[in-house]
Amino acid sequence: MSPALASNGSPITLDPGELTAEGGAPRTREPRRAIPSLGALRSDGAARWLFIWPTVLFILGLSLFPLVASVALSLSKLTFRKGGIDLTWVGFNNYQSLLFGLERSHFLGVLKPPNPIGWAVVIASIGLMGWAWTRAVRSGRYGPFGLALRLFAGVAFVGFVWVLVQAMASEGGRPGSLIVTLIFVFAGIGLQLLLGLGLALLAVQQVPWRRFFRVVFIIPLTITPVGVGYMFLMLTDTSKGPLEPVWVALGLRDFTWVTDPWLARAAVIIGDTWQWTPFVFIVLLAALESLDQEVREAALTDGASRWQSFRHITMPAILPVTTTIVLIRLIEGFKIIDMPNILLGGGPGTATQSMTLQAYIDWNTLNLGRSAAVAYLLLILVTIVATVFVSLARRPVTEVA
Amino acid sequence: MSRFRTVAPAIGLVLVLAGCGTTTTSPSTAASTPASAPPAATASAPGSVAPTPAASQGDKFKGVNVNILTFNGPQVAEPLQRRAPDWEQLTGGHVNVVAVGFQTIYDKALLDASTGTNAFDAYVFNPQWLGDFTGPGYLMDLTDRVNNDPQLDWQDIGPFFRDFNATYDGKVYTIPLDGDFHMVYYRSDILEKDGVKPPATWDDYLTIAAKYNGQDLNGDGQPDYGSCIAKKKGAQSYWWIISIAGGLLQGKGTADGAFFDTTNMNPLLGQNEAMTKALETYAKTADFGPPDELNMDVGGTRGLFTTGRCALSMDWGDIGTLTPGTYAQDKTGATITPGWNQVLDRATGKLVPCDATTCPNAVDGVNYAPFASFGGWSGAVNAAAPKEQQDAAYDFLSYMSSPAISGVDVTLGKTGYNPYRTSHFENIKPWTDAGLSEAAATNYLGAIKASLQNKNMVLDMRIPQTKRYEQDVLDTAVSQYLAKELDAAGAEQAIADGWNAITDEVGKDKQLAAYVASLGVQR
Repeated sequence: MSPALASNGSPITLDPGELTAEGGAPRTREPRRAIPSLGALRSDGAARWLFIWPTVLFILGLSLFPLVASVALSLSKLTFRKGGIDLTWVGFNNYQSLLFGLERSHFLGVLKPPNPIGWAVVIASIGLMGWAWTRAVRSGRYGPFGLALRLFAGVAFVGFVWVLVQAMASEGGRPGSLIVTLIFVFAGIGLQLLLGLGLALLAVQQVPWRRFFRVVFIIPLTITPVGVGYMFLMLTDTSKGPLEPVWVALGLRDFTWVTDPWLARAAVIIGDTWQWTPFVFIVLLAALESLDQEVREAALTDGASRWQSFRHITMPAILPVTTTIVLIRLIEGFKIIDMPNILLGGGPGTATQSMTLQAYIDWNTLNLGRSAAVAYLLLILVTIVATVFVSLARRPVTEVA
Repeated sequence: MSRFRTVAPAIGLVLVLAGCGTTTTSPSTAASTPASAPPAATASAPGSVAPTPAASQGDKFKGVNVNILTFNGPQVAEPLQRRAPDWEQLTGGHVNVVAVGFQTIYDKALLDASTGTNAFDAYVFNPQWLGDFTGPGYLMDLTDRVNNDPQLDWQDIGPFFRDFNATYDGKVYTIPLDGDFHMVYYRSDILEKDGVKPPATWDDYLTIAAKYNGQDLNGDGQPDYGSCIAKKKGAQSYWWIISIAGGLLQGKGTADGAFFDTTNMNPLLGQNEAMTKALETYAKTADFGPPDELNMDVGGTRGLFTTGRCALSMDWGDIGTLTPGTYAQDKTGATITPGWNQVLDRATGKLVPCDATTCPNAVDGVNYAPFASFGGWSGAVNAAAPKEQQDAAYDFLSYMSSPAISGVDVTLGKTGYNPYRTSHFENIKPWTDAGLSEAAATNYLGAIKASLQNKNMVLDMRIPQTKRYEQDVLDTAVSQYLAKELDAAGAEQAIADGWNAITDEVGKDKQLAAYVASLGVQR
């Protein structure tokens, strides 16, 4: 809340410049003169009350209320009685159960001692964090608070890697919905970025039928995710789906996508990639088309290879856009539910159960407290990942700019 | 950096909002209910049934508008919508059927009643939810009405549905419109040709499944499957495992209960030899099934059975009404869900042989326990609705369940309703009218009769938090076992721990009392 908005009482003269976007030039006072009928409301305080507060309250109500209500819900247990609903305070029980209790095997996964590769990863991550922190200390750019914060972030990262290797690089370990979600997000976005960029580079060429292909490539984006889920349900059905003759002809009569956890996750990632690559494609296509071709042509004339011109001219130019797309897809990707739910119901076992699906199952069985707790942990995870991504991406983007 | 700092909380807010949106709008796979037959299944159009004389009472409910909440199948809502004008003509009342998604009914009905909105005068829903609805007193006690209603003919309804499914703690709260229980279907043509008897025990089932697996069963030159039983997570798997385990867990009649020990609330689907055997049998059926059975719900197995690709399958009554017009027409036999020669000794957790003491209801030494999973769509009246609406809603539900009306509706695949009255399997004509041959109808109705008359039928769980016990804990553990994430002991431990946690959270004494009440046991 801005202090200007919080103040009331005596009339305050508002400088319109205060309301402009950061870095924008201060507006002139012309608009005020343009509305002389507001003379009666010469007091800016009253005008502020009248025009700003309803909007502020509306937005706060829409955004803050769910945020606060879901915290309350995640700390309580819901029961029905005649004439209403009882919310009983249970403290951090829901979180405790997810992170350390009965639900840990579903949320974090089954954690077992790491194998040699796992240990190598842990040691490497400790080394990396140690190096980064030492570098931060030596640079002298950060105060005690900044250094403490960085130390904390480093320890948290190593802790996360420790959980990850216990689930993924160990004998008998198994990832839970948190790690499965991260796999979906990072594998999916990586593929979407590569394919989207590839298609955009192709579509920007002067090839025949390019307009036709541009339209075709965008179609998946226009289909509802539930529809895509059902489509892939049919395509991956090897016993009676439309592709059954193909599988039989290939001698893969007994092949199935859905009994092996990694094949099942791959099926989800393929479906998600099919749906979202067009989004990356269309934005990158716009970025590529807006590039100044002369620079690239000049480079080619000067003897640069195609790869060099892509690496040093095209890539830096589209980096800011790419960063934005990845950020949007990151935030969107964490909410993945349709594909794993429709395609596999989160199975086989819990192999494709994403965090949102876990929250949905809890919500569906009226375990609203735990559902809210899962949703909140998802919010924290997304905030951390998005913030880290933005901080990491900021430097290269700024350098380009 | 400051701009990025301001971005993070904004992202957070957006996510919470988006998160809320995602959970409320996402689709539900669990919506594949017993009634959700594939759309290909269309039976012949219903004959317009003349109103029963008992219902002809002129303008008894003139000007009364009744709002009924139900499932938008399109089955389940279909007969209510189709029959409403007839009832309106008879009584002068008006019925407004509000049909919503499967998962939404429960929440909508519960919130409607608990918040006192009372937008609905009646619900046609799952009787498994009685525990959540009768506890706070949301439903009207119908005991006196059903016993004094000539239109309804209460005594014609199967004893199990009358005394257990519609009853909670000794009082009648629902009017059955549908009878849901599992049966095993087999390819009568090939079994008869080879002189193989339909499976009586689950061991027989596995033997027959092994015999036919890999053979061409529908003449297309491709190898087919010995058994098709759905195993997808988030679908119906938790019901099939209860069906297989039922005969091992419950020996002394419905009131014995198959879910918890009625003396101490210990989970029976937990750490004991019966559960191990049931899990192993369920997993073993996959050896004779399609390669992607692990990801198949009941819609998938129905499609395979009706196209002649499976020798055996387990289902609700639906396959019987789906076969007309398919490859499996007149090639399908039905039999009571197979049983076991052993039963669980609850004191020791070991399996003991069936005898007159341990399995008093056994037939030829086999303890059958047909599982009334889900229980069948049933009508209940809102206790807080105005008296006029209550009377009209009750009358409409009674009209829908009356022998003449329901006798036709249960023969039609499009209604999603299965037989539940004695008259339903005594009168064969509506069945042959619907497209079944006389032999097929007799066989199908024989299996239904054998199940309905069995005193050891398993009543589905109906205590508070049932959805969590079954759809969350049991479903997840069984799926993990089938996917080999857990071994049998691990799955049993997960079920027992998960169920005990819910029981303790709600209160062990309260849940035990509810379970005993749901079984109609008088103490």
